Amino acid sequence: MTSAISVSGLHKSFGGTHALDGLDLTVRTGEVHGFLGPNGSGKSTTVRILLGLLKADRGTVRLLGGDPWRDAVELHRRLAYVPGDVTLWRNLSGGEVIDLLGRLRGGVDGGRRAELLERFELDPTKKGGAYSTGNRQKVALVAAFASDVELLILDEPTAGLDPVMEEVFRECVVEERSRGRTVLLSSHILSEVEALCDRVSIIRRGRTVEAGTLSELRYLTRTSVTAELAAPPRGLEDLPGVHDLRVTGNRVHCQVEGERLDPLLRALTRVGVLGLTSRPPTLEELFLRHYQNGRAAGTGTGAEAEEGAGAENGAGTGAGTGTGTGAGAAEQEGAAR
Amino acid sequence: MTGRHGLTGTGALLHLAVRRDRVMVPAWVLVMTLVVTTSAASIGSYYDTVASRLALAASIDTNTSLRALYGPVHEASTIGGLTAWRMLTFGAALTGLMGLLLVVRHTRDEEETGRLELVGSGAVGRRAPLTAALLTAFGASLAVALFLALGLAVQGEEVAGSLALGLSFAAAGCLFAAVGAVAAQLATTGREARGIASAVLGMSFLLRAAGDAAGEKGPGWLVWLSPLGWVENLRPFADERWWVLALTGAAAAALAGTAYALVARRDLDAGMLPARPGPARAGAGLSGPFGLARRLQRGTLAGWTAAYAVAGLVLGATAEGAADLVEENPKVADVVREMGGPQSLTDAFLAAMLGLLGMVAGAYAVQAVLRLHGEETGGRADPVLACAVGRLRWAAGHLVFAAFGTVVLMLVGGAAMGAGHGVVAGDITGRAVSTAGSALVQLPAVWLVGGIALMLFGLWPRISAVGWGLLTAFVVIGLYGPVLHLDQWAMDLSPFTHLPKVPGEEVTAVPLAALTALGTVLGAAGLTGLRRRDLG
Repeated sequence: MTSAISVSGLHKSFGGTHALDGLDLTVRTGEVHGFLGPNGSGKSTTVRILLGLLKADRGTVRLLGGDPWRDAVELHRRLAYVPGDVTLWRNLSGGEVIDLLGRLRGGVDGGRRAELLERFELDPTKKGGAYSTGNRQKVALVAAFASDVELLILDEPTAGLDPVMEEVFRECVVEERSRGRTVLLSSHILSEVEALCDRVSIIRRGRTVEAGTLSELRYLTRTSVTAELAAPPRGLEDLPGVHDLRVTGNRVHCQVEGERLDPLLRALTRVGVLGLTSRPPTLEELFLRHYQNGRAAGTGTGAEAEEGAGAENGAGTGAGTGTGTGAGAAEQEGAAR
Repeated sequence: MTGRHGLTGTGALLHLAVRRDRVMVPAWVLVMTLVVTTSAASIGSYYDTVASRLALAASIDTNTSLRALYGPVHEASTIGGLTAWRMLTFGAALTGLMGLLLVVRHTRDEEETGRLELVGSGAVGRRAPLTAALLTAFGASLAVALFLALGLAVQGEEVAGSLALGLSFAAAGCLFAAVGAVAAQLATTGREARGIASAVLGMSFLLRAAGDAAGEKGPGWLVWLSPLGWVENLRPFADERWWVLALTGAAAAALAGTAYALVARRDLDAGMLPARPGPARAGAGLSGPFGLARRLQRGTLAGWTAAYAVAGLVLGATAEGAADLVEENPKVADVVREMGGPQSLTDAFLAAMLGLLGMVAGAYAVQAVLRLHGEETGGRADPVLACAVGRLRWAAGHLVFAAFGTVVLMLVGGAAMGAGHGVVAGDITGRAVSTAGSALVQLPAVWLVGGIALMLFGLWPRISAVGWGLLTAFVVIGLYGPVLHLDQWAMDLSPFTHLPKVPGEEVTAVPLAALTALGTVLGAAGLTGLRRRDLG
């Protein structure tokens, strides 16, 4: 498998700020790669280096087999880019911008263009100044999807889209993959990445904290278990690898580390199980874990949330207010990193 | 929203507007005040006797083009009266421009960018944004009036006249603020609203100019169709007619009332005029960075070219008359000769005016170059550069306009000036051709200014606005250097000083070649920097 993008040890500073601090990123040809991180974590800086708009301070960057800084013009014929905050020329119509950007890349597929306009319900005769945020985004998306390119670089492309259009966007990405195109999708919308991406890189503070397929990343975290028991359970808090335990009468809710699932289930069945739900953690939890761990002192913001397992652990780690199991979580996460 | 709560939040919005304008409005007030007071001072020093002032007024009255430009002299025996003649029409028009710009800035611009939606979701009445904008513009207009009146009174001018001159500016400011308020309801974009309101202002100026040029023998009543004609008839320092203020006040109130009625009838973001749709497909011309730059720059160049044609014609037509006026006053003649060269006074005047057109063309060059900076910081360069477009090719599209748009401006301005002069002095075609040739001599200095802007943009984009500062310094040296008798080394700092003063002087190649070469080197340094630096 060849790589469409391979970045290693990337550094970039602006004045005193280290925007990128040894970032790694590998995007294989033909995959949809999720590039996840909170705001200000360095996603856009990385994208701008990949586009040759910024020059890397250190590290190696290869894009479609070339150097994005030196070979920018040649490489750009083979890729299309959608910025997160699309600004248009106010006196150009949307249709003109789509054609212009397509021509600048080397051609637009007229049939595909018409089809995309229809699907995104975009009026191409409006002037740039008259479009809403979402419609400006659609202009850039139609221009990108209608271009005949190998690689799509999408930097938070759905910020202004409503749910219906978000669905159209997802269909388009799936179609692009089926045509063998590579997509780098930078996002902080986790459901989007979860639904679309083959592999994911999670970055925080300019550094890659995790990368892999979704199943590989889930391995690093826990299972969420909710059980309805025949009687109130006892001794669950003493089990290793069980976190965030909450017992309300006969009802149990907790998080358990993957390899500790068996002892927990045995303990539950000993009491008698009437109902059981277990599910893999959402990407939300994955993401919040890395995000929250970065904060100096936990604020406990996620503590009340049923699903906020990662957030709660983060809070426990930072403030040290957690129970015994919370301290366990801190250790486990330290090891994971 | 009911009528009772329609004004809720006006205070907060007014506070916001004042804060956003805390540099712009004081700068405008200061500049207007300084221009009028220094003009009064220089009239006082060049025409220091009643006899010389009456002689000046007599020649003005016989000169149609001067009357068209500045209006008739209502009172010539005092310095204040001449100052009012010289400053009133332009000052009132500029204050009107300030008023309409302020109102559109705080209404339609806010709505267009979506900031008003954010603000409007708070406890803000439907009429509050318009009210806050109008109050800002009225306040700024009155500030102009107050400071200007104080400045003149301090110099010893009659208090009532000083106040009347200030109020004539303020009346125009308020009235065109109300025009801007109506335009902001009609149009859907700030640009369009400014276009409509400025067109009304331009029309007012033309009607007044036509009426004043016609004088008592022709359709002088045309003046009364123009708000600028009304304020002119306030006649500061010449038995002020205060009732004119009531007329403008009533007109402003009627316009503001119209704007309020329109606000109540329309949706947020909507205008009264239908938004014009654009083409669904791009034409063949819009296919590369050059095509894009042409679309972005051509409207601006067309506007500048039209302005240069009009300015050239007017300046050319006034050349003979101005030279006659100047001849009567040796002190003024000295200054004109210093600016325009030692030749005949008409040639000197033409050369000085071509120099003025050259310096203003420098502003065109700077804005054409810094359009690149606007595209970069506005996020509109990224999508283009993320396509198969190199940085130099992207920049070149705009630089073509900086380099050759200035050629167009000088040719048109020069030809129009020659033609205007020819209308009065005969041989329209011949003078148009020769003056256009003289105008081209300005280009090396204009290009150098553009080269400086390009160097700043390429190497130090954050301070690229310094290009404007340098140009301003060159203009100040060029305009006030001769009056202030600056030392030669100070005069030499401006590239425009090194240009031969044509028509009249011999043209030598060395300074022209040197300026062009320096401009090219600085521009090349900027392009090298652009290739190497981070963008965005």
